[in-house]
Amino acid sequence: MSRDRTRPIIMPNAVPAAVPADVEPGDAVHPGKPVTVDRYSGAARINHWITAVSLVLLALSGMALFTPKLFFLTGLFGGGQWTRAIHPWIGVVLFFSFMGLFFRFWRANLPAREDGVWVARISDVLGGHEERLPEVGKYNAGQKAVFWSMSALILLLITSGIVMWDQYFYSFTTIEQKRVAILAHSIAAVVAICVWIVHVYAAIWVRGTLSAMTRGHVTGGWAWRHHRKWLRELVQKPGRRTPAE
Amino acid sequence: MFPAIPNPPVTPPAPKFGEADLVRRSASEVTPPATRLTEVAKLIDVSKCIGCKACQAACIEWNNLHEEIGYNTGFYTNPPDLTENSFTLMRFTEWVNPETDNLEWLIRKDGCMHCADPGCLKACPSPGAIVQYSNGIVDFVHENCIGCGYCIKGCPFNIPRISKVDHTAYKCTLCSDRVAVGQGPACQKACPTQAIVFGTKDEMKDWADFRIKDLKSRGYDNAGLYDPQGVGGTHVMYVLQHADKPSLYAGLPDNPRISPLVETWKGVTKYVGLAAMGFAVAAGFVHHLIAGPNRVSPEDEAEAEKLAGGKPT
Repeated sequence: MSRDRTRPIIMPNAVPAAVPADVEPGDAVHPGKPVTVDRYSGAARINHWITAVSLVLLALSGMALFTPKLFFLTGLFGGGQWTRAIHPWIGVVLFFSFMGLFFRFWRANLPAREDGVWVARISDVLGGHEERLPEVGKYNAGQKAVFWSMSALILLLITSGIVMWDQYFYSFTTIEQKRVAILAHSIAAVVAICVWIVHVYAAIWVRGTLSAMTRGHVTGGWAWRHHRKWLRELVQKPGRRTPAE
Repeated sequence: MFPAIPNPPVTPPAPKFGEADLVRRSASEVTPPATRLTEVAKLIDVSKCIGCKACQAACIEWNNLHEEIGYNTGFYTNPPDLTENSFTLMRFTEWVNPETDNLEWLIRKDGCMHCADPGCLKACPSPGAIVQYSNGIVDFVHENCIGCGYCIKGCPFNIPRISKVDHTAYKCTLCSDRVAVGQGPACQKACPTQAIVFGTKDEMKDWADFRIKDLKSRGYDNAGLYDPQGVGGTHVMYVLQHADKPSLYAGLPDNPRISPLVETWKGVTKYVGLAAMGFAVAAGFVHHLIAGPNRVSPEDEAEAEKLAGGKPT
């Protein structure tokens, strides 16, 4: 579904308004029982899962080289030599795949006014007291934190990774620079894995979330409970509906 | 002269050391052997070196290496750097001694120092790719090497090189195969001036003392032994005319030690990192136990229907 971001949509009893930044192409509400809300397009989901698989493979192969206790994980990749050879290439796949996600999602992850309140009430977030939280757009402050920290970490990981990719880039840096890179790479990887754990846990804990990335849609109740501002924006924009409606 | 090591017997002797004598094994734990071998050492007396490169040739020959045909870079040092086929290299430095105004030609035979505290071994992620024997020899085991190059980052002397052919790391073995049958290293055997001598570490220190006394009597007041304690001492040692300034000798590190970056990466980062990841997973489990799943209620669905249902479909 194509969308013109600049053209204001005229609605009865409403002032002309531009499409909010957190409404992404393909987001749409389908009234019914229950209401379903399209959250991720097929392309976005494929993009996400390529990134996810690469990240898991990178974590496994990276951890194998990070600590001797986990060296046995090299068996998953065909041995130590294969692990050493393939890890950087998976990193390249991840980088470009994540770049796709970045350009899809960055606009919806820009800071919003309600983010500060959301963070201030983090104990209510963890307690599951949605009623005490402000209405948030497509992403809450936690999701935005995952997005931006992953963006920064992946940039750091690919940069330091290239510095230590001796097979092709050995002669471009000094050994001391490689030492800095390898330390930065391992710390960034540890942080990225922790962010990933938070990301996966949040998707499991908040029931009804996974279908957004598998089937592409969530229920209206889920959107109402967790991203009410986004849901209201979608309902108010007839342009967001599918043509069949 | 230092007495030459006699030729080997005709009958092949049993190896004098092997797997049972490992004191360190990369990325693994070893039980230290009950009896340790006598520490060996190679002593390179820079003041006696004539720069003939017989050691380089002997090393290539004994180890069956095939160095590429090089090119003239305008220096005697050839090839210009250590490679996976040149485990040892004569590095030539021309230095004008400001005290005497004499040109001094400092020729240092570069190669693995066989540190007592080997940075390569500590950095290595692959179990058994780098081993240290109780006689002090640090050796690379190629079938276990994965070619990651971590040893290069760990080494304070910039010694290991990765082969572009088999993607494993190479360096001087201190001729562990020769030493195992009672011989000295090939370079030592070939040295025409006995600038390279080999024996127990104590013998070599004694011999160095003798040489240093001789050098001092000839006006080299700063002559001394290079056996850097920052890496726990080495099993390849130098007698230097100017032991107060090792870096004169083609950048020999004045105070070599394993880089703090490498120590941090292999030490605190590993433990804190694993703990952080474990903590994140544990926090998730505990939170889920206490808070329970965050479910969408029927009221939420009803509210959504009310919001969306009012609009035409």
